[in-house]
Amino acid sequence: MAHNLSVARQVCEKFGNDRSRLMDVLLGVQAQAGCIASAAMDEIAQGLAIHRVEVESAATFYTFLSTKPRGRFAIRVCNDIIDQLSGLDRIAEALRSELGIDFGQTTADGMFSLQYTSCIGMSDQAPAMLVNDKVVTRVSTDDVREIIQTLRATGSLDQLKLTLGDGNNSHPLVRAMVMNNLRQRGPVVFAPTTPGVALARALSEQPVELIRLIKASRLRGRGGAGFPTGMKWDFTRAAAGDRKFVVCNADEGEPGTFKDRVILTEAAGSVFEGMTIAGYAIGAAEGIVYLRGEYAYLRAFLEDILAKRREAGLLGRDILGKTGFKFDIRLQLGAGAYVCGEETALTSSCEGKAGDPKTRPPFPAQKGYLGLPTVINNVETFCAAARIMENGPGWFTSMGTAGSAGTKVLSVAGDCAQPGVYELPFGVTIAELLERVGARGTIAVQIGGAAGRMIGPGEFGRRLCYDDLATGGSVMVFGPGRDVLAIAAAFMEFFAEESCGYCTPCRVGTRLLHERLRRFLTGNAGSADMEYLEKTGKAVRIGSRCGLGQTAPNPVLGTLQSFRHEYERRVRGDGGSLLPSFDSAAAVSVAAAIVGRGSMHFPSDTAAAAAGARARATKHD
Amino acid sequence: MADETSERVAEKPADKVTFTIDGVGVEAEAGQTILQAAARAGIYIPHLCAMKGLSPWGSCRVCTVMANGRPQAACTMPVAEGMVVESQTAELADLRSSMVEMLFVEGNHFCMFCEKSGNCELQAMGYRMGMLSPRHSYLFPARPLDASHPDVMLEFNRCIHCARCIQASQELDGKHVFQFIGRGAHKRIGVDSATGAAGTDLSAADQAVAVCPVGCIVKKRVGFVVPIGQRSFDRVPIGSAIESGRAANR
Repeated sequence: MAHNLSVARQVCEKFGNDRSRLMDVLLGVQAQAGCIASAAMDEIAQGLAIHRVEVESAATFYTFLSTKPRGRFAIRVCNDIIDQLSGLDRIAEALRSELGIDFGQTTADGMFSLQYTSCIGMSDQAPAMLVNDKVVTRVSTDDVREIIQTLRATGSLDQLKLTLGDGNNSHPLVRAMVMNNLRQRGPVVFAPTTPGVALARALSEQPVELIRLIKASRLRGRGGAGFPTGMKWDFTRAAAGDRKFVVCNADEGEPGTFKDRVILTEAAGSVFEGMTIAGYAIGAAEGIVYLRGEYAYLRAFLEDILAKRREAGLLGRDILGKTGFKFDIRLQLGAGAYVCGEETALTSSCEGKAGDPKTRPPFPAQKGYLGLPTVINNVETFCAAARIMENGPGWFTSMGTAGSAGTKVLSVAGDCAQPGVYELPFGVTIAELLERVGARGTIAVQIGGAAGRMIGPGEFGRRLCYDDLATGGSVMVFGPGRDVLAIAAAFMEFFAEESCGYCTPCRVGTRLLHERLRRFLTGNAGSADMEYLEKTGKAVRIGSRCGLGQTAPNPVLGTLQSFRHEYERRVRGDGGSLLPSFDSAAAVSVAAAIVGRGSMHFPSDTAAAAAGARARATKHD
Repeated sequence: MADETSERVAEKPADKVTFTIDGVGVEAEAGQTILQAAARAGIYIPHLCAMKGLSPWGSCRVCTVMANGRPQAACTMPVAEGMVVESQTAELADLRSSMVEMLFVEGNHFCMFCEKSGNCELQAMGYRMGMLSPRHSYLFPARPLDASHPDVMLEFNRCIHCARCIQASQELDGKHVFQFIGRGAHKRIGVDSATGAAGTDLSAADQAVAVCPVGCIVKKRVGFVVPIGQRSFDRVPIGSAIESGRAANR
């Protein structure tokens, strides 16, 4: 009777009417129906036996999901800072004029919708955009015209003439114009490897001994927070319960980060192998890769690698002949939410809910996915774990520094000759890195993405490692002429956009910090505004509930520390005015326009402002 | 030192822990949150989203304390043996006030016209903290109002995202009327119907209605039954019940 079911109910059936698969259901309904309409929400609620408002909660949380009809081709232009500095405005203007709509709108014929989106992981080939799942990189205004014309004429994404990228980017299941820009292969993540070797070695050990080896390697989480991996595995192994999970965080959303993109393109086998090893170590049979929605173009390729690993006996039952050890992995696609890179928000999303972080304690090792013990590690961490099994902890600790063993995969973007991915031993200085990437006259480097730290030339002797400058991989280089406060403001806007909204300081404070920082750019800042930023920034840092909020004020607090003069030089002389942000001339301009003369108090200012207001008023008539 | 600790533990039942709040020793039951244990001991830690009888939620962050030197929400953090909690410090008082002021500027709060005035926990918290006018810029949001239900009005201009209604509906009323929808600045309370509150099984007698700390969820036709001047917080500041050592009201 399936043919009698609505699209929404059919999709629910496909996922076994399982509530925890709500993300897949929503993505599936949207793929078929174009959006998740009100009626579809009711049907999904029926199908999954949940409340409609639970469906609406998830459907309205993610940027890539829409409850209103969108164009057949959803164009999402990446508006992160690197794209802004790479000609984003020209591309945006070309799209507007070619489509005849503004951002946030859909063309009358229902063909195209136009949106901005946060970093899509292509900062090394900016400006970039997504057309549905298709990535378009190094977009020019000519490209925009050609793409729109082709889509109008053919109605098919397959007709786009995109030059395929290198490596697996031209694999038949990927066919993306993305370039790897893999500039430096290191000995850990990007070294050649044979599938199954690390796993066989791991399975020859008892799980307890395996965890001891990981501990001995001093491997720490590669996502940025740097928690010791062996300890995390140990806690999860020790947690009570028969059913446990291994989750791979492939949701790198930190602006300027794209290293997981390249790892998943060229070394996905090692990632899956590391997950399988973790499964054996903690006693889990199920793994989930949470793949960010921006990387949906890699999905079929990754599914294929998983299928081949099943055929080769590296996944499934009695893996590599080890009786009783079973483990399998499924992909969970995200839908555009930076906060889901936070491990408990990621867990909520995997469970088919809005990506709100969870209260800690309890920690995922005790209560993670579906409330069961869960190990959550970054893509690169699993890779490193596999290689440690292969080559031993001594090999790993021989690289890097005392507190930061091994290598780090860095994504370098911005004002440099060779943006791309570099796998380097921990401990490299910023100056060495800048030299290597061909950066000249650098005025500032942002380490660790928007949530990280901006440093100036005086600090280029500092080292990339957990004890000095920690990073999940993002390094953004800013050259001569760049305005560090404008960059910081762009980061604050990003956080205001990406806050989940659960807690007060992050939901409200990020907006307030952005607004106050903007005053320095528009010339309306008073001397009290620096103190405001400092105090409110600290309140957001201390008060916020999860790592996103706690690091959200960093663009402000970091620049106040390293680039204080940039603030000081823009403070407007208060000149007796109590509130420099209040432009009294502008405030009376409308009234001045109505009465047709300037103010007695601001004669020259208001005459001009009044003329402007008059012009605006006429236009609106 | 180690001997002392073990002696103390030995004297106590296994399900009891002792810790300090601002240097004052407090005995608590294992598994209690800092906020619960403090209230039991007659120590008031300002809070808005937490409420006795509901699961800890931890969204308003007004109850932020330092626990063993780290910031934690007192309403979600379980007590631990020997934990050192700081609550009444100048820095935390300023942080709490900043949070309360954020909630004021985020919505549209016009106390003088609000039926909840005098019974409003947000207003009372502003008074308790000595707030004159917010340090933050007003955001003046455009928020919808849902008057569709015959007996209950949802005035979202006054919502502070505390989630009490969401929890009370599920945990106390056995329903699922409310849940957050949207994200970030656009996060707001949604109702379980495409046609507003009227389409849900919400009743004016629901705990979900009673628990609203502000004037967001209000009953129709019962406004101003108690005159202003005679309402809960017109008489005593918020937190007085806890501080006077009476049974914790939250």
